[in-house]
Amino acid sequence: MTQNETKISANGVQVFYGDTHAIKDVDVQIEDKTVTAFIGPSGCGKSTFLRCLNRMNDTIDICRVEGKITIDGDDIYDKRVDPVQLRAKVGMVFQKPNPFPKSIYDNIAYGPRIHGLAKNKAELDEIVEKSLRRGAIWDEVKDRLDAPGTGLSGGQQQRLCIARAVATEPEVLLMDEPCSALDPIATAQVEELIDELRSNYSVVIVTHSMQQAARVSQKTAFFHLGNLVEFGETGKIFTNPEDPRTESYITGRIG
Amino acid sequence: MTDATANTPRPKTSLIEVDARTKRRNAAEARFKAYGITAIAIGLLFLVVLLGSIIANGVGAFQQTFVNVPVYLDPAKLDKKGNRNIEEMKKVSTFGYNPLIQQGLLDKVTELGIETPLQKRKEMKAMLSASAAAQVRDFVLANPDKLGETVEFKLLAASRVDGYLKDRVQREDVARDKNIDAEHLDLTDELVKAGVVAKTFNISFITGADASESRAEQAGIGVAMLGSFFMMIVVLVLSLPIGVAASIYLEEFAPKNRWTDLIEVNISNLAAVPSIVFGILGLAVFIQFMHLPQSAPIVGGLVLTLMTLPTIIISTRASLKSVPPSIRDAALGVGASKMQSVFHHVLPLAMPGILTGTIIGLAQALGETAPLLLIGMVGYIATNVPDGIAAGFLDPNSAMPAQIYEWAKRADPAYYERAWGGIIILLVFLLTMNIIAIILRRRFERRW
Ligand SMILES: Nc1ncnc2c1ncn2[C@@H]1O[C@H](COP(=O)(O)OP(=O)(O)OP(=O)(O)O)[C@@H](O)[C@H]1O
Ligand SMILES: [Mg+2]
Repeated sequence: MTQNETKISANGVQVFYGDTHAIKDVDVQIEDKTVTAFIGPSGCGKSTFLRCLNRMNDTIDICRVEGKITIDGDDIYDKRVDPVQLRAKVGMVFQKPNPFPKSIYDNIAYGPRIHGLAKNKAELDEIVEKSLRRGAIWDEVKDRLDAPGTGLSGGQQQRLCIARAVATEPEVLLMDEPCSALDPIATAQVEELIDELRSNYSVVIVTHSMQQAARVSQKTAFFHLGNLVEFGETGKIFTNPEDPRTESYITGRIG
Repeated sequence: MTDATANTPRPKTSLIEVDARTKRRNAAEARFKAYGITAIAIGLLFLVVLLGSIIANGVGAFQQTFVNVPVYLDPAKLDKKGNRNIEEMKKVSTFGYNPLIQQGLLDKVTELGIETPLQKRKEMKAMLSASAAAQVRDFVLANPDKLGETVEFKLLAASRVDGYLKDRVQREDVARDKNIDAEHLDLTDELVKAGVVAKTFNISFITGADASESRAEQAGIGVAMLGSFFMMIVVLVLSLPIGVAASIYLEEFAPKNRWTDLIEVNISNLAAVPSIVFGILGLAVFIQFMHLPQSAPIVGGLVLTLMTLPTIIISTRASLKSVPPSIRDAALGVGASKMQSVFHHVLPLAMPGILTGTIIGLAQALGETAPLLLIGMVGYIATNVPDGIAAGFLDPNSAMPAQIYEWAKRADPAYYERAWGGIIILLVFLLTMNIIAIILRRRFERRW
């Protein structure tokens, strides 16, 4: 496997929710053009850490982040950084599907519109179609782009959210369990999308499916109780983990 | 449940037979439903009684008795110099018109051949409203060319005559009444038969101005309605933007610290402050300190704004809070700024709640009387429709509830009827506002 450039680098990251210490001194290097999987038992802090990478934790009052996270060498917690600009660069798909209560079209078009990515309606239409195709949902919704996004099924909503996230062309895509509500076919399509995104972007995916992590990712990070227990090549983690906790997790003994 | 029973296997029972425990639960549920239905029935009963009595008492105010009188507009009396100069004709006051009108009615009675002991011109005075002369005078000054002709006027009947036809004034009462005698009532009966005296729909109750204590038949709520209208404009224009902006700031932008907690507690407290306190505050600040005109709708509107703001802020914050945070995350996640996420996504979703809160706040303000007492918007204030928008805000006026209070206070039972009529109009307004609130709510409501 070739060594890519480091896209995101986290050093000594600590996260507190009030008095709860949710992330304990995590160091991780996320490479460009790579899929990195975060795995770990429920409540171990995967989502929390993911949300640090685009400063979504800023919206939680009691949340405090310490340590240093850089993207392309820029400290994202620097005072001069505008989190809005950061989030345009680092897109996110949330754990629970959260489409806007607007039409399917507007759901996708919203991001490109506020970032001025389309010069005219035709270009916008094109972005919408391309994004929906990449989200593996185009065929299901192409006839009802004016229907509300909230009227879709849970799995369709999740794919809509994926399409919405890629529509703004982020450099990094954070995906928090994007496939937890999807059937095997849609899952396969999303995995295909992730693989395709890898050629240009850096993707971070949180998943509870070991098989998925093994299938899509090149790097895997195993979290346990707020600690980053092990981080390395996916192949190595799954075949020859160093830490006994990792081993018991992937073989199904803790979790 | 004790542990022992949890461990013993459940005895097998048939689903067809309802066991004792289920029966008891069902009975409790049935009882609860019965309580609920009783409560609703009692509520409905009170509502029916309330509406019934309001309508029964107030509907009379929408009808008024008029007398059709042919009046000979005698040029010798009304235009002594004979040169049809309006300025000079204005010198003839209503006193000059009264004899002509009374004579007209007397002639009509004689012409119809009605037998009555009332044969003197002066004795006709009790039949007609004191406003009749002014009505004829206004007509003459507007149409001086009609002088010398006999014109048929539809004049307001005296309040006692009106009350007699509405069963408000009984024959027994008349004995003690110096304004009217039993003979007048006999004459009224005859004139009704002849079609000279008739009750018709009274539009001027809805459009007219308040009248003096002795002219209940002339009083209308229209000018007070305008007063209320101008106050509501002030309230809406001030409290909606201020309230919504304050709520958005507090809810979405303000840091959560001791200061914002303090502000929050204060807003909740303000919502509970009795309205009369706002009245005295308005008197001290707006009238005594800022020297705004007394009794003016603008001051009333400012006071009611103070009163409505907490309501609007509380309901707006509640509806902002009810927007799921995942929507905000979604917007921020695609790189929208805080402001964009609020204005593009949160606010539209909160709109139905905000509008409902605002309209309920306005409806409250519309029905509020106490603060108006303190800033002088009660009493016999406005006799004319305000001329122009500025005058509407600045000229002394009353408001619907204050007008109703004022009428209910007056001695003449004819005013009591008008107070009830005013309540009907006020309720129609409140009902309309609530219906608008419901329609807006339906229109803006969206699922998420
Ligand atoms: N908003 C919050 N306020 C307080 N504590 C929180 C908050 N969000 C998460 N936590 C706590 O932080 C810890 C990590 O939560 P997180 O959501 O990151 O777990 P996770 O690994 O994503 O779990 P799952 O796989 O179930 O999604 C948990 O103990 C949780 O209770
Ligand atoms: Mg999670």
